[in-house]
Amino acid sequence: MVLTRLIAKRLFGALVTLWFVTVLIFLAVECLPGDAAEALLGKDATPVAVENLRAELHLNDPPLERYVGWLSRVAVGDLGKSLTTNRPIAPMLATRLSNTLFLAATAAAIAVPLAIILGLVSALYRGTRLDRIISVLSLASISFPEFFVGYILLVVFALNLGWFPVLSGINADMGLGEQLHRIVLPALTLVCLVLAYMMRMTRAAVINVLSNPYIEMAELKGCSRREIIVRHAFVNAIGPVANVVALSLAYLVVGVVVVEVVFTYPGLGQWMVDSVSKQDILVVQICGLIFGATYIGLNLTADIVAVLFNPKLRHPR
Amino acid sequence: MTRFTSLRGVPLSTWLPLGVLIVITLAVAVGPAVLPYRAEEIVGDLWEPMSWAHPLGTDQLGRDMLARVLEGGRTSLSLAAVIAGLAFLFGSGAGLTAAFLGGWVDTALSRAVDLLMAFPPLIFALLAIAVLGNSIPVLVTVLTLFEALRIFRLTRSLAMEIAVQEFVAVARLRGEGIGWILFREILPNGMVPLMAELAIRFVFGLLFLSSLSFLGLGVPPPAPDWGGMVRDNAPAVGFGLTAPLVPAAMIAIVAVCVNLVADSLLHTRGRSRSAEG
Repeated sequence: MVLTRLIAKRLFGALVTLWFVTVLIFLAVECLPGDAAEALLGKDATPVAVENLRAELHLNDPPLERYVGWLSRVAVGDLGKSLTTNRPIAPMLATRLSNTLFLAATAAAIAVPLAIILGLVSALYRGTRLDRIISVLSLASISFPEFFVGYILLVVFALNLGWFPVLSGINADMGLGEQLHRIVLPALTLVCLVLAYMMRMTRAAVINVLSNPYIEMAELKGCSRREIIVRHAFVNAIGPVANVVALSLAYLVVGVVVVEVVFTYPGLGQWMVDSVSKQDILVVQICGLIFGATYIGLNLTADIVAVLFNPKLRHPR
Repeated sequence: MTRFTSLRGVPLSTWLPLGVLIVITLAVAVGPAVLPYRAEEIVGDLWEPMSWAHPLGTDQLGRDMLARVLEGGRTSLSLAAVIAGLAFLFGSGAGLTAAFLGGWVDTALSRAVDLLMAFPPLIFALLAIAVLGNSIPVLVTVLTLFEALRIFRLTRSLAMEIAVQEFVAVARLRGEGIGWILFREILPNGMVPLMAELAIRFVFGLLFLSSLSFLGLGVPPPAPDWGGMVRDNAPAVGFGLTAPLVPAAMIAIVAVCVNLVADSLLHTRGRSRSAEG
């Protein structure tokens, strides 16, 4: 069948990309100047320490074996120990990742429905003030650095109004209510960053659908406005809108890095940035792999959704 | 519709951002020489509020914020410009080559670009910096690479679109060489969208570089740059002060203005196109 073959093709493409990412991340250690163990420990390390680290990083194995070994260890969750804190990476990773997912999911839960509703409304009331507000907002969201939005929200809502805490650190002992209260500002920052784009794309998709002849036909045949939108326009706009949502979520996954640093939120992004400055290469590798895989996965979802909902794409010219 | 020929026809949404950009560029270029304070000079208490002596207040070490902002602008803006320029050179060069040669060269280049674009740039940059350190050459190389990918795609598709038009066929029949066709027939016709893309790439580079500096992984000290200044002044927020917003706002203003100019470039093209045809 054409559809399954097409989806299989996309899936294969994503897998190739993922493979490429693992190779790239693996090569990162190879690229360290000189011997990786020496480079990481510095000049005044004892030979024993260098030898130990070399064994821990499996540097004595040939490259191909090392790559396969690294990949299979990552696959079963054996991530080794952090080079700076000497503690196992896996449990730390679990906490950080769940914190990041919590933040990103909260942001998405606010941004996605809001963007779709506003996009729909602005498509229906074209040329009104709402339209102009949207274009100003989307200009701001592509021009403002993440930290600018973050600090503005921080200054206004945490310092001047005092509604939310300045520090967004959460831990497992807090109840869900308190956790949510603490992440309102970082989540809101993320919402600001993706909302306008999603809104504009939703609007464009709906307008595109509304310009079709079958909409005019439905109008001429006397359908109510509501019926046209719910039964004719919306169904056909689901595909492009879902595509936009998946792409925005992919953007959100990367945007989370800077936002976490602004609010000192204990997530994966902040951990990765910390580890980069401390040259804790094992942590950087695994964080990079997770971010890269999520990004690729969401882009793949966007692709597949677009194909599923748009039969035209199934027959490439 | 009138063509974009005289200054009178330029709308407010174009000349205002253009004016702001010219003012900022001039200020950054000559400001540090004119101001009474140097950027490294400690002139007062830390985080002094705005005053006549220090129009933007002072920073975390008591240095004049205005002098710092202008000095930082030199670093941020010139690096972003260099990155955009290099990316334009390589990206459009590769794009034209791919479109013109076609065949396996095109396939190989396009596949490589697709592969790299599937990877989030920030994460790639963090990996590269973890391994190679955050020196200026590393930053410029990584950012240029990711900027060039987009320019490659645009140039390639533009060139393919233009290459099938009649005037190119005429030039070919006239016996013109590849160089003439590429640079005298194809490139001038794709110039407007490419210029708009160049502006957008400049914004992207500025934001990306500033983000990295904000994370403490961008432009290495002591040279001040806007992203790094936001990071250095960030603790002020804890005291209810807005010092980090000053350099952050500079980035935002430049980005908004450049985006507006790019926007109007594209719209002008659309208008003249529809008028012609």
